Amino acid sequence: MHTPDQKPKNRLWTLFTSMLTISSFTFGGGFVIVTLMKRRFVDELGWMDEDEMLDIAAMAQSTPGAIAVNAAVLTGTRIDGTIGMFVAVLGTVIPPVVLLSVLSLCYEAFRQLYPVRLALAGMQAGVAAVILDVAWGLGKNVVRKKDWIDLALMALVFAAQWFTDMNTAVIILSAAAVGLARGLIRLYGKGENRQ
Amino acid sequence: MIYWQLFISFFQVGLLSVGGGYAAMPLIQSQVVVQHPWLTLSEFTDLITIAEMTPGPIGINSATFVGIRIGGILGALLASLGFILPGCLIGSLLANLYRRWKDGPVLQGVLGALRPAVVALITAAGLSILQLVAVNQTTGSLDVFRLAIAAGAFCLLRWKKPSPIFTMISCGALYLVVGLIAQAMGCPLM
Repeated sequence: MHTPDQKPKNRLWTLFTSMLTISSFTFGGGFVIVTLMKRRFVDELGWMDEDEMLDIAAMAQSTPGAIAVNAAVLTGTRIDGTIGMFVAVLGTVIPPVVLLSVLSLCYEAFRQLYPVRLALAGMQAGVAAVILDVAWGLGKNVVRKKDWIDLALMALVFAAQWFTDMNTAVIILSAAAVGLARGLIRLYGKGENRQ
Repeated sequence: MIYWQLFISFFQVGLLSVGGGYAAMPLIQSQVVVQHPWLTLSEFTDLITIAEMTPGPIGINSATFVGIRIGGILGALLASLGFILPGCLIGSLLANLYRRWKDGPVLQGVLGALRPAVVALITAAGLSILQLVAVNQTTGSLDVFRLAIAAGAFCLLRWKKPSPIFTMISCGALYLVVGLIAQAMGCPLM
């Protein structure tokens, strides 16, 4: 592990401006930002090696919240501890918050224009297609594994979300509880086998 | 009070969305459309469109968009803070646990069960937007043209894998051009 050969103040500033720039130009999913962060922090600055960045990508994906923010938390912590974390998260969050504030304020006036309404109506069709395409791709991977409990879980969660007004948070926690039970059974079973 | 509700709602979204923007979407929908009367489904779909076309995570974009409409700048900041706080706390905590236990059966079990659940939630979110697309916003009748656009875009995405932003802008442009022509001919689409 080699430490960045820059003064702490300059290093924090570089971290902040890097995240600010990356976050400003990251459209779409969270993995895009991880790719850009790898290019900046591994290839250009040499602050981390590639394996570390891959670990961060995996952890960012499996912890709750936005992948971009989680990746910023982990990268910032890795580069400069808690201060690094705050600086990196701040840089990541400022561009979308500022931009969406402006857009939100213009939205009502904007929405009244007929051409804008037409374009938005067409884009809604596009959004539906994009989301269903993602769902299709992910669902295919689940179906391929032919794990019947996973498939049943998928059907149950869909039914709960689609046909009831249940809070989605409750649904996710229930699924996590099923997974926890499976994990514990596997752990317990393994222990018995060894004896 | 409204500030607290915004904070808590997006704290829940941040705490329970595992696996990125598409996983956060059904949770946001549940919080801002179903649990609280903050947005209509149509406004929510516009929000997703805007969030997809602008840089930054969907969660932060949504928190800002909803927050500013419900509680002004302070609402936007608190909602965004609520969204990122769980990730910051758990992220720095789990970094260590993950290294030690990532191959353990318990964590694998939990993550393994969350994956199919998240797929189901994303599917439901996509279908609810498709339902919205099927109904014409002005006339209230079946919108065959928009359904056809959605079906075409879906096939294109499956086969050619264009970027989501390109796909959405193309759909919008197509509907805009056809809509303006139709209006000029005296039979507006909506």
